[in-house]
Amino acid sequence: MVEKIKINKNWCKKCGICIAFCPKGVFEGQPGQLPKVAKPEECTGCKLCELRCPDFAIEVRSDDNE
Amino acid sequence: MQELLDKYFRKDKLPHIWCPGCGHGITLGAVVRAIDKVGLDPIKTTVVSGIGCSSRAPGYMKFDTLHTTHGRALAFATGVKHAKPELNVIVLTGDGDAAAIGGNHLIHAARRNIDITTVLFNNSIYGMTGGQYSPLTPTGKLATTAPYGNIDQAFDICKLAIAAGATYVARGTVYNTTQLIGLISKGIQNKGFSLIEVITHCPTVYGRRNKMGTAVDMMKWQKENTVNVKAAEKMTEEQLKGKILVGELYSDTRPEYTEQYTKIIERLQKEGQQ
Amino acid sequence: MSEKKPILMQGNEACAKGALAAGVRFFAGYPITPSSEIAEILSEELPKVGGRFIQMEDEIASMAAVIGASLTGSKAMTATSGPGMSLKSENLGYASMAEVPCVIVDVQRVGPSTGGPTAPSQGDIMQARWGTHGDHPIIALAPNSVKETYEVTIKAFNLSERFRTPVILLLDEVIGHMREKVVLPDQESIEIINRKKPTVPPEEYFPYEPDEDGVPKMASYGEGYRFHVTGLTHDKTGFPNLSPGNTDYVIRRLHEKIEKNIDEILMVEEYFMDDAELAVFAYGSPSRSSLSAVRKAREEGIKVGLIRPITIWPFPAETVKKAAQKVSKIIVPEMNLGQLLGEVERYAKSDAEVIGLNRVDGELITPQEVVDKIKEVL
Repeated sequence: MVEKIKINKNWCKKCGICIAFCPKGVFEGQPGQLPKVAKPEECTGCKLCELRCPDFAIEVRSDDNE
Repeated sequence: MQELLDKYFRKDKLPHIWCPGCGHGITLGAVVRAIDKVGLDPIKTTVVSGIGCSSRAPGYMKFDTLHTTHGRALAFATGVKHAKPELNVIVLTGDGDAAAIGGNHLIHAARRNIDITTVLFNNSIYGMTGGQYSPLTPTGKLATTAPYGNIDQAFDICKLAIAAGATYVARGTVYNTTQLIGLISKGIQNKGFSLIEVITHCPTVYGRRNKMGTAVDMMKWQKENTVNVKAAEKMTEEQLKGKILVGELYSDTRPEYTEQYTKIIERLQKEGQQ
Repeated sequence: MSEKKPILMQGNEACAKGALAAGVRFFAGYPITPSSEIAEILSEELPKVGGRFIQMEDEIASMAAVIGASLTGSKAMTATSGPGMSLKSENLGYASMAEVPCVIVDVQRVGPSTGGPTAPSQGDIMQARWGTHGDHPIIALAPNSVKETYEVTIKAFNLSERFRTPVILLLDEVIGHMREKVVLPDQESIEIINRKKPTVPPEEYFPYEPDEDGVPKMASYGEGYRFHVTGLTHDKTGFPNLSPGNTDYVIRRLHEKIEKNIDEILMVEEYFMDDAELAVFAYGSPSRSSLSAVRKAREEGIKVGLIRPITIWPFPAETVKKAAQKVSKIIVPEMNLGQLLGEVERYAKSDAEVIGLNRVDGELITPQEVVDKIKEVL
């Protein structure tokens, strides 16, 4: 089951929190840049990135409820 | 996230005004998730705030919202709750708003044990006004009004609330968002005065001036400098030095203020009929 | 209808009873001489009618709680004296900006500062007008008897509901504490005004979109309107809008809301003014001494009249302008150093000379003093 991760580019303020704290290193980039979903296949759907995103800019959707 | 946004947020007001990496967005997310977890009806829930960065939070929430004067959120909220006890009342406030100018209202709301859930966004600084120190700024830290290092001692606002009579007091960090959501949820469910202190961060003025690095670094700092209150029971004085206790710090039951008053009304109405 | 028996009633009690007659359902206050009786009586009476009382930790909190309660739909009130008014001023300004109906009773005592808690004064008149910062309108009413305190308290609630504004009731220690025989009107005969409620569903509701009279309809918390209230300059949506255009518009609308409807607000009595060559302009306690003085002077053939405003703010400018064309002099007795004198001069301009009669010793102005002043200026 591959998690689909969407980032709202209009709201994301590029703080780098998702990049730093994703337990699986799914995101890549530096603070000041839009995070890149580099390894979506690694995503376990834990949604910590959603919880910790200050901008409500990340949506993690598992395939079944697409 | 999308369901939460649709149900609880005024999406047209986003993106919010907070700086990149500011912890307030994370805290607001935790508040909304706690409301969702408990299942509060937004129509019967009023969110009140004072003045400051944190106090802009209700503006983004699709509830009855009240953005009041600096320090007075709890006094306004007391009026809302006491006049219409059926409403759930949540106060979102900051360290300056609640512990400085609002301190008197905080201790009295706790003393009354009125059913209000207060979430205190503690980023140790007055952010909105540009970086002055607050009653929760640690000693020694720098601020625009403490250029030689803060000589004040900070409150332990949780102990203060417990001593004043609050019946649920907890402290969490934005780093451990899952725990924070749980703590806020229990605060909402508490039929009495609840205070949840949120250790959050201001990278723009507090972090930069005190060389604490980026928002990421400040969240790592939260992880390394906090200890769960249960784990702390098995730790030595030495190990606990400088650590901040997080988790549920106090929970008790005491008659709730507005319910006590409703009993008076009911008694008088019964006597009135005799 | 059976002839109602007069009862002996204290001014503060009449204020509390008038509030109950007006439909007050929430009181938040803090003990202060000389207004505490209002709180005490309402703490006893409110729960009997399903209303709620709370003694807050200070006057700032009291004013805040009143606003919070009003936003849930309750008619809400507080009562205090000068020192409390000083503390309440910031939140009173919030009520003006957020257009929240509420009544604030100021039983004036000698100031400044702690002053003379049990002595009457009219030293808070300008505080009632400008106590809080910024260009804001205000309505302030001043009864001069126990019975009138009852009636004017009802009027204060009606005006606050009608115009979504705080209304200040200006008593003084004498009016608050004296007792008089009173025959109160029957509840059915009293006109009660409630705030205009929205007639549209939540999605179409703008909390600050005014009707043509300048007054927006007001929803209550808990009804599903999920609206936002803030002290920040806001637009019709209730959300902050600090653009120059909107900022100018909001401040002017708040003022026009009162000025455009001034004839619903102004209450002024006139005695013996038809052929008057001289006038006395007095309000509150001094207006009673002034009336007996004017009667006495009339007996001695002096053509003097009395203008007695009940509405202090907005100031009855037209009344003064008109009177100044008729009389040569206007005497203004006040228990302060001339706080409304300036306003009378402002509108009398050069048409009439305005002369103050001022006591700040905590004693009432006596009729004889007014008679002497009338003769002095003849």
